[in-house]
Amino acid sequence: MSGAVTWDAARAQEIISAHLGLEGPALPILHALKEEFGYVPDAAVPQMAEALNISRAEMYGVLTFYHDFNREPHGRHVLKICRAESCQSMGAEKMALDFLARLKLEWHKTTPDGALTVEPVYCLGLCSHSPSAMFDGEPIGRVDGARLDELAQEARSA
Amino acid sequence: MTKIYIPRDMAALAMGAKKVVAAVQKEAAARGLSVEIIRNGSRGMLWLEPLVEVETAAGRVGYGPVKPSDVASLFDAGFLSGGAHPLAIGKVEEHPYFARQRRVTFQRCGVIDPVSFAEYAAHGGYKGLDRAFQIGPEATVAEIAASGLRGRGGAGFPTGIKWKTVADCPAGKKYVVVNADEGDSGTFADRMIMEGDPFSLIEGMTICAFAIGSDKGYVYLRSEYPIVAEIFNEALVAARAAGVLGKNVRGSNLSFDIELRIGAGAYVCGEETSLLESLEGKRGIVRAKPPLPAHEGLFGKPTVVNNVLSMATAPMILADGGAAYHAMGMDRSRGTIPLQIAGNVKYAGLCEVPFGLKLGEIVNDIGGGTLSGRPVRAVQVGGPLGAYVPVSLFDTPFDYEAYTKVDSLIGHGGLVVFDDTVDMSWMARFGMEFCAIESCGKCTPCRIGSTRGVETIDKIRAGENVEGNIELLKDLCNTMKFGSLCALGGFAPYPVESALRHFPEDFHKPALEAAAE
Repeated sequence: MSGAVTWDAARAQEIISAHLGLEGPALPILHALKEEFGYVPDAAVPQMAEALNISRAEMYGVLTFYHDFNREPHGRHVLKICRAESCQSMGAEKMALDFLARLKLEWHKTTPDGALTVEPVYCLGLCSHSPSAMFDGEPIGRVDGARLDELAQEARSA
Repeated sequence: MTKIYIPRDMAALAMGAKKVVAAVQKEAAARGLSVEIIRNGSRGMLWLEPLVEVETAAGRVGYGPVKPSDVASLFDAGFLSGGAHPLAIGKVEEHPYFARQRRVTFQRCGVIDPVSFAEYAAHGGYKGLDRAFQIGPEATVAEIAASGLRGRGGAGFPTGIKWKTVADCPAGKKYVVVNADEGDSGTFADRMIMEGDPFSLIEGMTICAFAIGSDKGYVYLRSEYPIVAEIFNEALVAARAAGVLGKNVRGSNLSFDIELRIGAGAYVCGEETSLLESLEGKRGIVRAKPPLPAHEGLFGKPTVVNNVLSMATAPMILADGGAAYHAMGMDRSRGTIPLQIAGNVKYAGLCEVPFGLKLGEIVNDIGGGTLSGRPVRAVQVGGPLGAYVPVSLFDTPFDYEAYTKVDSLIGHGGLVVFDDTVDMSWMARFGMEFCAIESCGKCTPCRIGSTRGVETIDKIRAGENVEGNIELLKDLCNTMKFGSLCALGGFAPYPVESALRHFPEDFHKPALEAAAE
């Protein structure tokens, strides 16, 4: 989750080959590539298309369809803030927009120092503890502006 | 050694359960006390999480919500033998929130160690599959049909008919697919059962495989639930070790295994045909129906696609008989529904009850009204594609048909409560925006309509030709409802239309403000 490593076509090929025994392996491969490198660059498209025996256009379509597969590296840390209805009922929209304004950031963007990427998420299933967020895969309930600022600080210092 | 239960459920973790576990371990060690911490699922009283339970001679007593800083005082109060403390709630199962429920699907959730096969078996697990083996595949399908169980994913299609359709297809490769892409805001029942009692889903899928003649199952889980993936994979390993997955399940002729697949953040993949495309490794684009997945599903083979809750209820139905399940509920909504009460509500949680409770009882009696203490203004029932229901309709009983009658839907059983500070024209706009973000793009009404919907609501909110634009918006909703290929575009108008119908004043604000000046 935190930080991206340099794309390595040979390593990517190993990952792709390891999954070819699965039925419908495209998503498991994309997840494994993201896990390894922190993102899935366009360079993966021809490699995967070749291995899966589909056209590059089709493969590109798959990669770009899903919100999870970022084609550019994220920051060292990723903060997802829920924008769905339950969190909105507890004031999440204003909380998130104020936080982004303090960081001078837009949704999906990374702070200039590469510390933190902030993404919207549409429900974490923590609707009993709205507003909710997820920081590097750790769920957080009843989050507020002060807690978000702490997380941003934590991201910068680690 | 005293047994202490501290949930590993994602909501408990989000409220600090990990730190509470560490604090209990540290404190017990410092006092030289021997404790065994079991990481159970959640009991569903989520406002009490992390809920720490202690096994005492009198039964399991609870303390919550526990912060790490409370732990020393809990030990001081003698909580290991049920001592009095400000956080004590008494015997968990005698708590009023718990006592009024009928726990069927969630009977073991929060009670047992979710990844212990022995505990699952000791609490009635695999009675259902064993009975299915005794009565045979046809009678197994008949039991499901007799129970009246309807798909808990939202559409409410009779599960028995779905299973029978696939069972009747000629023998050959068939699949059991579970839809765990629980994307609706205000819902978390699939997450809770998979974190708290994953074997019930595994057993349910195995019963289905036996009934229809399948050897392979997939669970398609949303990526927003990483803790579910962790727990479910552990349960799969334990199930294989126990001989309830793999070759010759429980010594029978059935061979069946399950693979967990992770989605990638696309809400539309909760639509069953889009989910199948995604499992096949394609873009999650909706398929036109027919053919139904029951005839041509995953990789073109006959496939049962069921929601997690529907599948996890099958073991109880087989164990106790379809009639026992059918005896609960009202009219054509039989059995129980795990309600998920969320949003701006005091006692948020999961409450499994027979169908038929009035919305007002759910929100006010069970939920305790708003957390903010302000009056309730609207409740969105059934997720982002569900209607906003006003207080004037609080008499509506929780039932598939009753909700259809008031132009609403019960969906997956989620309820999001809003207080009187909510701006309903903004929520309507958000409904359209969400549809635009998540549309798969295949059909025009959904792809273009949702974007035009956002623009039109923006004009209304700006006070621009309000009446004309409201008419246009209603017309657009109509087109999306009847012209979209799947429920995303087809149901996205529900929140918008209900906001317009029940809260028209929120769409005339600039005009009112102008008039006041």
